[in-house]
Amino acid sequence: MANLQNKIKEFFGKILNVIKTFFWNVRRFFINIKKRIGDFLDKHNINFVSNFPNWAKALLYLSPALIVLAVFTFWPIINAFALVVYENYNMTTETVTGYTIFGNFITVLTDESFIVPASHTGSSAVINTLIIVFISVPISVLLALFISAALNSIKPLKSFFQTIYFLPYVTNTIAIGLVFAYMFRTDGGLVNQFLSLFGVNVDGLSWVESGAVYWRSMFVLIFYSIWSTLAFKIMVFLSSIQSIDKQYYQAAAIDATSRNRIFTKITIPLISPMIFYILVTSVIGAFKIYNSIVALFGVSGAPAGVDYNLQSIVMYIYQFIDGSNAGNLSVAAAGSLILFAIILVLTLVQMQVSKKRVHY
Amino acid sequence: MELRLENLTKIFTNKTGIETTAVSNLDITIESGTLVGLLGPSGCGKSTTLFMIAGLEKPTSGKIFFGDDDVTKLAPEKRGIGLVFQNYALYPHMTVFNNILFPLENLDVPKAEAFKKVKEMANLVGIGELLDRKPSQLSGGQQQRVAIARALIKKPRVLLLDEPLSNLDARLRLQMREEIKRIQRETGITTIFVTHDQEEAMSISDKMVVLDFGVKQQYATPQSMYTDPGNLFVGQFLGNPPINTFEASIKKGYLMINDKKFVKINVPDGLYDIGMRPENFRAEKEGFDVDIKEIYHVGRDTMVHFDFNGQNIRALVDSDDISSKDKVVHLSIKESRIYLFDKETGKVVNHG
Repeated sequence: MANLQNKIKEFFGKILNVIKTFFWNVRRFFINIKKRIGDFLDKHNINFVSNFPNWAKALLYLSPALIVLAVFTFWPIINAFALVVYENYNMTTETVTGYTIFGNFITVLTDESFIVPASHTGSSAVINTLIIVFISVPISVLLALFISAALNSIKPLKSFFQTIYFLPYVTNTIAIGLVFAYMFRTDGGLVNQFLSLFGVNVDGLSWVESGAVYWRSMFVLIFYSIWSTLAFKIMVFLSSIQSIDKQYYQAAAIDATSRNRIFTKITIPLISPMIFYILVTSVIGAFKIYNSIVALFGVSGAPAGVDYNLQSIVMYIYQFIDGSNAGNLSVAAAGSLILFAIILVLTLVQMQVSKKRVHY
Repeated sequence: MELRLENLTKIFTNKTGIETTAVSNLDITIESGTLVGLLGPSGCGKSTTLFMIAGLEKPTSGKIFFGDDDVTKLAPEKRGIGLVFQNYALYPHMTVFNNILFPLENLDVPKAEAFKKVKEMANLVGIGELLDRKPSQLSGGQQQRVAIARALIKKPRVLLLDEPLSNLDARLRLQMREEIKRIQRETGITTIFVTHDQEEAMSISDKMVVLDFGVKQQYATPQSMYTDPGNLFVGQFLGNPPINTFEASIKKGYLMINDKKFVKINVPDGLYDIGMRPENFRAEKEGFDVDIKEIYHVGRDTMVHFDFNGQNIRALVDSDDISSKDKVVHLSIKESRIYLFDKETGKVVNHG
């Protein structure tokens, strides 16, 4: 028996050895190629990179990223600034009837359902977006803080819980959205079934379907966006909490510091740079909310048969590109720049506030 | 506050079940108001011992007494200790004032009294004018003082210092040594500090404990430990330049070196490890003749290298007694400065 075991061990040892040798040789092969290229360049005195000045070298190394950024980020930004001054820009013929500085901005700003709610509803794109930003971001940041602090302090099943909280991050937004829509169904939806356990009359209590009132579908949307953005925040907070020097906690323990005080006086200040980072990025992210709404309510941005709309600023912009008002790129550009301005101002405000509260 | 360790043992078990004994059956009684150094090479369990006294590590077995109270099972905050960490662990986001105040905020202390205490403590450790600074704006020595002030502010029964001087540069180290000694004298708090630097331990402790692999080697005053090392390890660990050790045998009551009678010693015949400190040699007219291998003049003293039983030996002698042209030196050493250690146990045979 022991003999057989040894033989099996020996056999697998041999196989492992063959594999190791193979990769060793692969490595040798590449080292050889590298050496030959080097020798070739030396022989013919080709050392073009080393003759470059430092800034040129840096530019060369950055070029792959810069090219991608230029094509997909910088050029569109420049284009947006260009588009916004065109009057009646026609995409297919590439013609304009004239130029205007504020015309497109005025079109957007005075448009029904951008800032001013359309007469028959109580909602507009800006109002919807602001509600989502100012409710979902604070709640999700606070929630993520408490969950990550709790995750950090539990010992058993730690990695299990970490995985659970991390799952939303690796799951497709649209897929989760559909699951949410299913959970919040009027007839037999999980949420309504749960509520009926407590004697709530769920007959016709709709959340995301026709008959849902504004605040109910907004609740689902906010709930959903909190949940889907929680994972990343928890991950960032947890890793920054874990990187805090244990000695601070030992010192606090010796001084009989209560749990609450440890959390508010030591943990929070020490991870405040990360909290600030998360706050800024999630405000920006929430302002750009788009796929969550599509996932829950479809491209119309509203439950069927209701007189309000849950569309966000980005959705409003998108309708000028590929929607009910397709092709009106100048107006879309104006909307984008307004969104950009809002985000810029808010971020500057946050940075100003953070100067007093964040400890680097 | 007298501090007593009884049979204190700490065994760490890693994931694969391998056990490492960090501290083994430590029995020490530290008298009230003394400054005791825990000394040993790195990995000897001195910091583990300190953390067990602090309550941050749980002993595997054994007991810890503060006076008559058994504190072995007590949580750190209930023991009444002050701990200064090796890297000080000052809260980086708080000012010096708030750092020192922090322990008091957890207690039921009136605000005015707490503020007064912080100012007093800051003046005691000599940082009275730095209270508005953040720790990052302080030098290492100043941070050290803040850490000590924070540890002392709640009037602990025992003050613990973990490698207090290791993060400081050489000059500050000398200064802080004296400071720690002074602060300890002024407050009269029983203090234990951990260090791997023998010179540091010898210069400030009232008594010191030498540990090796978690086992107590000797517990005595620095000077008596230096002049009467309990075993070979202590002998080798203390002293700079280090003690010379070599094998030699005793034949008919004589210590034999280089096949010659060196000195008469009253121990049983046999093979021993011999220890002689370089500075205990004297170069005289009459003495034991050895051939000089190398000779280095370092001002007042001269370092002579020669062989005893095939081992390279260093002797530090007065420069007046030797010249660089000398080929042979006549050496003598007091019999009480020759240490014979048992080959098996390492225990000193002719002392104590």
